[in-house]
Amino acid sequence: MKRKLLTGNAAAAWGARLANVDYVPAFPITPQTEIIETLAGWFDEGALKGRFVTLDSEHSMVTAAASAAVTGVRVFSATSSQGLLYASEMLYAVSGYRVPWVLVNVSRGLSSPVTLEADHNDIFALRDSGFLQLHASTCQEALDMVLMAYQIAEDVRVRLPVIVNIDGFYLSFTREPVEIPDENKAREFIGEFDAHNISFRANVPLSHASAVLQGSIYSYFRYEHHLAAIQAISVFNESAEKFEKMFNRSYALIESYMADGADYVFIMIGSFATKAKEAVDMLREAGSLTGLLRLRMFRPFPEEEMKKLLKGKKAAAVIDQNLAPGKGGVIYTETAAALCNEKEAPFLISYIGGLGGRDITAEEFYEIEKEMRKAAETKKPPMARLLFSEAELEAVRKLQGIAGVEKKNEQRKN
Amino acid sequence: MYRIRLHGRGGQGIKTAGRILGEALFLEKYEVQDAPRYGAERRGAPIFSYVRAGKKPINERGIILHPGLVVVADETLIEIPAAGVFQGIAENTVFFICSNESSDFWRKRLGIDSQIITLSQSEEYDTALDFHYNSSVCVGAAGRLLGVISKESLKQAIEEELSVFEKTVIEKNIEISLKAYDELSSYEGIVKRGVGISADSYRRLNWVEPPFEGADISAPAIYDSGTSELALTGLWRTLRPVVNKELCALCWHLCGSFCPDSAIYLDEDGAPQIDYEHCKGCLICVMQCPRRAISVEAEHKKTKEAKGA
Repeated sequence: MKRKLLTGNAAAAWGARLANVDYVPAFPITPQTEIIETLAGWFDEGALKGRFVTLDSEHSMVTAAASAAVTGVRVFSATSSQGLLYASEMLYAVSGYRVPWVLVNVSRGLSSPVTLEADHNDIFALRDSGFLQLHASTCQEALDMVLMAYQIAEDVRVRLPVIVNIDGFYLSFTREPVEIPDENKAREFIGEFDAHNISFRANVPLSHASAVLQGSIYSYFRYEHHLAAIQAISVFNESAEKFEKMFNRSYALIESYMADGADYVFIMIGSFATKAKEAVDMLREAGSLTGLLRLRMFRPFPEEEMKKLLKGKKAAAVIDQNLAPGKGGVIYTETAAALCNEKEAPFLISYIGGLGGRDITAEEFYEIEKEMRKAAETKKPPMARLLFSEAELEAVRKLQGIAGVEKKNEQRKN
Repeated sequence: MYRIRLHGRGGQGIKTAGRILGEALFLEKYEVQDAPRYGAERRGAPIFSYVRAGKKPINERGIILHPGLVVVADETLIEIPAAGVFQGIAENTVFFICSNESSDFWRKRLGIDSQIITLSQSEEYDTALDFHYNSSVCVGAAGRLLGVISKESLKQAIEEELSVFEKTVIEKNIEISLKAYDELSSYEGIVKRGVGISADSYRRLNWVEPPFEGADISAPAIYDSGTSELALTGLWRTLRPVVNKELCALCWHLCGSFCPDSAIYLDEDGAPQIDYEHCKGCLICVMQCPRRAISVEAEHKKTKEAKGA
């Protein structure tokens, strides 16, 4: 084991290297490209023995990945944002193959307007794709989640592909100390890939993902897919237990930071959650009983765990780094659904923040804590809110002035 | 926690400088986070990198809003508001500027109370390549100002981060860095660790709910033409092409035809004029001119001449 400074991208690549992947189909896109560049270098110098192949698009890349997985080899790939969406038709299709492989998505806000920086609308667009989703919040987790993802994906109870999500810029290009597990220990953890009956060979033909033109048969397969996804909760816990024994890092489905005994909690996902930890420390210093719950797994949604952790809390603020137009925050909606029949459920407040990499400041966490307290006192939670300041609106107005928005409208009137 | 922000231009090694500083602090057993910020990559455009270091794991993320140390590798950035050199500075922020001017000069010029320390390379630099070494001066200076990085760690960090380069390049960078480190011995440790923002007493914010506006206002469209003129890309330039009128043959406007930014136009006499507000200093015109009538001058020298410095 060695501890060194790595970007989130390099850490994710290390995860794939330690998993001893056999096949990596690749296509570049900012802010992910560093992952495939790193892997390409390792294949070139012989540190990885399998095949690295560049494809003509993300759509082909995902098709190649799943097709290779069907032959019973260990597959890895990575993409981001528009690339993930371009591949989405195949992502939905290949999860139904019921073969394991791991895809890293480096989150970046979706067009339009075009942006490069992180939010979770790309990964949540794949919410119902049938892939499992693990979300890292540090560079260390980017590596560790890739390793755990293989173990979960390859478990015969699950046998579904997994997306590991890391945030663009805030993790992808940010270096943090990362413990790189010893190669042999990592191999021991993850084990040899036991493909069971996944073994496509030209001389032993079999049909994968066959057509079923009948609703009841289709229902069976789709529901089995759903049940397998639910199994991933206990499989994750088993994997985490083994991981902790071997590497001394403990991973729960939902990370609970100072939330035990807290009255108020932030609910978040991804790298911005560490900012909330910092805010929690400062709020605790100021005497506030505030904590943080951070989803490490988003698919399957750890509903029972969420209910348990929120029981008896006075108020919870869900800070969604995504926005479903016409509805609101995705995590808020799913958390609310989990709590709807609970007796001792907290008031739930929805915040949208961090779209397109927009920062969330310490002061904003403190203001949110104030609103949680007020909601609990008055028994009236506030309306959903976008974290957005007067100064930010002024900056938009200035740009609209340059863009000639008003001028155009006046011209039309005349 | 130490919060350090390093400012420079794309191509001057600011990302690498941040990494060297991060690595050196990591070697000194600090928990570290370092990252560059440059959006779309553009040579010569203002960029910055940042380093956080503390004894506990770093949970803060993103751009440093309250720096304890601001390092400026290219003094021409100070005049450019978009470079954000002064963002979030406070009385206790220490400034290091790679400049031949004195700290008094900058204190008066900027009208700030912060501690300002300056240092330059002893030799005058002529080419953009030499300019790269400014980031090594910055690394050595920052190391000394923090007071927690040993010479050995600094050297090791440079070797580690520059390992893809030839030995001579690594040695030159070590030499320049350690020279700056030695010269600033009297300022050792003047950068203080910053604390987090208190949840008891902080500046309240004004959140605002964006009003509903019809698509005629709220669609992300640009109606006015020529708005890119407002982006003064000339600020990215570190080297300036200058047309020598005596050598120019007033040919078929080859320089302007090849200019990727349409920043060379013909005046009334048919002579090429360079629009320095938009010329990025790519120097394609210099390569294209058949008479070699366009010469290259270092931007920082031209700026000084213009100001009569």
